[in-house]
Amino acid sequence: MKIAVLVKQVADTAAKIELQPDGSAVKLDDVQKVLNPYDEFAVEAAIQLKEKDGGEVTVVNVGPDSADEAVKTALAMGCDRAVVLRDGEAQGLDPAGTAAVLAAMLAREEFDLVLCGKQAVDDDAHLVGPAVAERLDLPVATFATSLEVADGKAVVGRDADGIRETLAVPLPAVLTCQKGLNEPRYPSLPGIMQAARKPKDVVTLADLGMNPEPRVARQGMTLPPPRAEGKVLSGEIPDQVKELVQLLRNEARAV
Amino acid sequence: MNFQLSEQHRLVRDMARDFAAGEIAPHAEEMDRTHAFPTEILEKAKGLGLLGIVVPEEYGGAGMDFLSYIIILEEIGRVCASTCVILSVHNTLFIGGLLKFGSEEQKRAWLPRAASGEILGAYLLTEPGAGSDAGSLKLRAKKVEGGWRLTGSKSFITNGGVASHGIVYGRTDPEAGTRGISAFLFDMDAEGVTRGAEEKKMGLNASSTVQVTFEDVFVPEENLLGEENRGFPVAMEILNAGRIGIAAQALGIAQAALDESVAYSGQREQFGTTINRFQSIQWFLSEMATEIEAARLLIYRAAVAYGEGRRVIKEAAMAKLFASAACMRAVDKAVQIHGGYGYTRDYKVERLFRDAKVTEIYEGTSEVQRIVIARALAAS
Repeated sequence: MKIAVLVKQVADTAAKIELQPDGSAVKLDDVQKVLNPYDEFAVEAAIQLKEKDGGEVTVVNVGPDSADEAVKTALAMGCDRAVVLRDGEAQGLDPAGTAAVLAAMLAREEFDLVLCGKQAVDDDAHLVGPAVAERLDLPVATFATSLEVADGKAVVGRDADGIRETLAVPLPAVLTCQKGLNEPRYPSLPGIMQAARKPKDVVTLADLGMNPEPRVARQGMTLPPPRAEGKVLSGEIPDQVKELVQLLRNEARAV
Repeated sequence: MNFQLSEQHRLVRDMARDFAAGEIAPHAEEMDRTHAFPTEILEKAKGLGLLGIVVPEEYGGAGMDFLSYIIILEEIGRVCASTCVILSVHNTLFIGGLLKFGSEEQKRAWLPRAASGEILGAYLLTEPGAGSDAGSLKLRAKKVEGGWRLTGSKSFITNGGVASHGIVYGRTDPEAGTRGISAFLFDMDAEGVTRGAEEKKMGLNASSTVQVTFEDVFVPEENLLGEENRGFPVAMEILNAGRIGIAAQALGIAQAALDESVAYSGQREQFGTTINRFQSIQWFLSEMATEIEAARLLIYRAAVAYGEGRRVIKEAAMAKLFASAACMRAVDKAVQIHGGYGYTRDYKVERLFRDAKVTEIYEGTSEVQRIVIARALAAS
């Protein structure tokens, strides 16, 4: 089976985020960057499928040069090759534009299955997976927490607000991965050594014959207000309960 | 001169950091308390290639450079000094001895099993009467038909309670002082080998440290490591790499002490403010941080030079001397910053304080390191 995994490099969620002075973007230079955690589930799922039924796993990425490290991590985990777009003109793309570029890259080969994380933990857009599927005219299932492939179909389990669904998705298809799908493996040391030797194709927008413009422009970014101090209630328990309910209703508007 | 880690080294560091955080950190405190050997952690480590980090790929290892290995030791040392020394003795001393002094046959016979972790190695040099004065060791290796018979005692042997194999130093020529010592590969389960009780150590509680006695233990010809009576230079050469490894362990402990202290002092409030606003605490933290950076640079410099095959006797000694001393100062400050809480087992710095001290002692005391450095200065 030929599997593609779409990966993004994101800022580590534990990192302290600062904005550029003009509020246009996040300051990323000194921030620790990692392979998007939801994409790790996709990488692990792809490698497990390959280990079970044979085939090849290609990691695909659109991003700046620094994203090579995320790609290397995926290769070190066990992907076989990489195809990456490195083009300064692609820097300002919105998620839909990124999806268009990824779809063009994927269209150059015949993949049986495209996997990616359900969202990137930096922008939380949740858009790329379904948008890629739409562009490639492929069926898509999202938030997979279980996955099996047999007889040209992916059987996908997903949780939806109190119910568990099971979907049968004919291949080729796009699936987005949710936490709980698997436990991503650590890259092994031999894997890290081998990653440096695995083939990596670098393409530009010109190679794809594309000149995408963002259709959604970001107007600005602000940091959220700092968390206010919590309130500690005192007094007799029944009185505290009354006060808590009143605060939840009138101040927090939570009930 | 590039002071940045390469992409490859960053990948290694991230992998080691994630593994340490995910697989070791949740158990470190319990292992320290129960003195449990990290068997399950080692099983996982084996699958990732952590038992054969610098063993060349042709012998089944990960084929990484020495700096990668040192980076891994620091990350593991940060989380559990015991697990760190277990891996260090196996990788640096046991495998290191094979790599540097093993014949091609010995490498092919031993390295793949050591790299996979099928073998866990120990290193038996020290005796009850021979610590810093290792050259005065007494374990007798008597020549017999087909090999030697070993009789004597070795003490403070890390991994001694669980190792499957080891390198042991014995006296093949009683008259020749340091020129009468030979190194042997041997099976820890061979007839005549007895593992003693665990030492009741101050720290490194999850690491097995025992006395090992030999009664007429037979080792065959093919197990001689290097040349007969040339074992002492073998020991000294292996200890060079060992020093850098222990320095990395000390660095990891110190870094953990700093991380804990920065976090604690940013939360603990006294006199209406977090204590990290007080100059005394700020000075503690900045001194710790500066010395840690200095130690890291000394260690990386020695590691890179060693990996490139250059002579590093002075540099390795400097790295261990400084890193272990900086580590002691760091854990002392860390407990102080934590106040009374730092004196209890509920806080990580208490274990760091107990684990730190041995880094000034084993694999060459700080006093010996000073002599090594002075001799290197005199020789230049």
